[in-house]
Amino acid sequence: MSEADERVLDYPLPAPEALEPPAEWDELRQRCPVSRAKLPSGDEVALLTRYADVKQVLSDDRFDRQLNQPDAARLSDTDSGGVFNSEMSSTLPQGGEGHLRWRRLLNRWFTAKRTNALRPEIAGMAEQLIDEMIASGHPADLKAGLGFPLPVWVICDVLGVPSDDRDRFSRWSDMFLNLTRFTGEEVKTAEREFFEYMRDHITAKREDPGEDVLSELIAATAEEGEPMSDKQLAATGLGLLIAGHETTANMIGKMVAMLLADRDRWRALVADRTLVRTAVEESLRFDANSGLGTVRYLGEDADVAGVELPRGTTVMCSMAAANRDAEAFEGAAEMDLSRSPNPHLAFGAGVHSCLGQALARTELQVTLEVLLEKLPTLELAVPAEQLRQLEGLVVGGLREVPVRW
Amino acid sequence: MKITVDEEKCCGAGTCVLTAPDVFDQRDEDGVVVLLDESPGADLQASAREAASTCPAQAILLSERA
Ligand code: HEM
Ligand code: SF4
Repeated sequence: MSEADERVLDYPLPAPEALEPPAEWDELRQRCPVSRAKLPSGDEVALLTRYADVKQVLSDDRFDRQLNQPDAARLSDTDSGGVFNSEMSSTLPQGGEGHLRWRRLLNRWFTAKRTNALRPEIAGMAEQLIDEMIASGHPADLKAGLGFPLPVWVICDVLGVPSDDRDRFSRWSDMFLNLTRFTGEEVKTAEREFFEYMRDHITAKREDPGEDVLSELIAATAEEGEPMSDKQLAATGLGLLIAGHETTANMIGKMVAMLLADRDRWRALVADRTLVRTAVEESLRFDANSGLGTVRYLGEDADVAGVELPRGTTVMCSMAAANRDAEAFEGAAEMDLSRSPNPHLAFGAGVHSCLGQALARTELQVTLEVLLEKLPTLELAVPAEQLRQLEGLVVGGLREVPVRW
Repeated sequence: MKITVDEEKCCGAGTCVLTAPDVFDQRDEDGVVVLLDESPGADLQASAREAASTCPAQAILLSERA
């Protein structure tokens, strides 16, 4: 840390409005690219806000998410830090060779080709959900009606879970993610039910393999002579649900809200559907409310932005701040629906960069296409200033997205 | 334009294939990038450049000579 700045920020930084960036970002990027910030747990991190620095740290595969190190900062002060920290990180490899193997195995299911092949199915889901929303009339909450269910339906498909069980997955996911709204006891029960369900589901897949990712993992790891255990398979299912549901659900809501906040944006898209791809990328870049950021634990000393960070430091990379860095993006404060190239960091960077990004992109593109098709007159039912941020800790989002048409 | 890819660095996220499907593909077994066209014609160069700059693993290298 520089001597000059002894200030310790309270993190996350408050934003003036749900779609607006925190006032401090500009100043931090310019004057204090490595700043001290205190998490809700009381632990301190080094906060990075410049594009170049965030990209450098995320791309450096010496740094992992090994937040179980005794001196690593804890995110929250609840004892477990949530399901993601407990089950997922203890059963699945977080770094090194083990992670590489797990990732390459899963990659075969998440290639651009495979996710493209899911397009018609995803479009069918979006159509069904939007039709139901239209049938119940406006104003409607687009987040509850479309943003929340769509990604969990997609993950059920990926896991080979029959559509009749989608609602149970939805409810479990809701309970895992909204840790504050439910008691520890309720979450534990949901966790138990989920693992019981997965155990039976995996047994069924072992006997009668399908086209899903679990069947694929069972076959591929057996072939390599290192079969994956039921426990690892179930943890992978949980990991995909947790990593892919809340993130995408909130992004659908925020994307639509940002595009409707200025009707010229929506009109431009209605007039020219070829903008959908770049508009999705720009929504990912422009999202000022993407959550805490991504953490890395420094297992050795590192030099970032000319500052010597000692080993043992926990670094918080704010991708959202980096994505608004004027050094990296021309007109960074403007939403430009045709921006290209758009090397934003919303999916992270380096070996841990989002495994599901091709799928997430497909979900966002298809949702937007179907909305433009079915509801070209869509608009926000409240002024954008009245949209409210979700209270959650890790993934940023809007509580609801009230719309009419 | 001449393109090279670093298979070791590639994390298989498929961004390049979504951006420039005529230039890049991914192996079915592990999602690692496959270069379809190492010196793409003029009409594909913009999307190849975009793929290189948006690759999350910085696994795509471009040299503008030849
Ligand atoms: C708009 C939606 C999404 C956003 C913004 C997003 C963002 C991210 C980010 C920033 C990371 C990196 C975390 C780190 O570096 O520590 C990540 C990792 C990951 N994401 Fe996503 N994600 C999204 C959707 C999805 C979907 C749909 C899936 C799969 C169904 C998914 C699965 C994963 C997995 C498994 C990882 C861990 C990868 C690894 O450790 O190698 N994500 N995501
Ligand atoms: S974008 Fe980069 S990391 Fe992703 S598949 Fe292509 S080369 Fe590999």
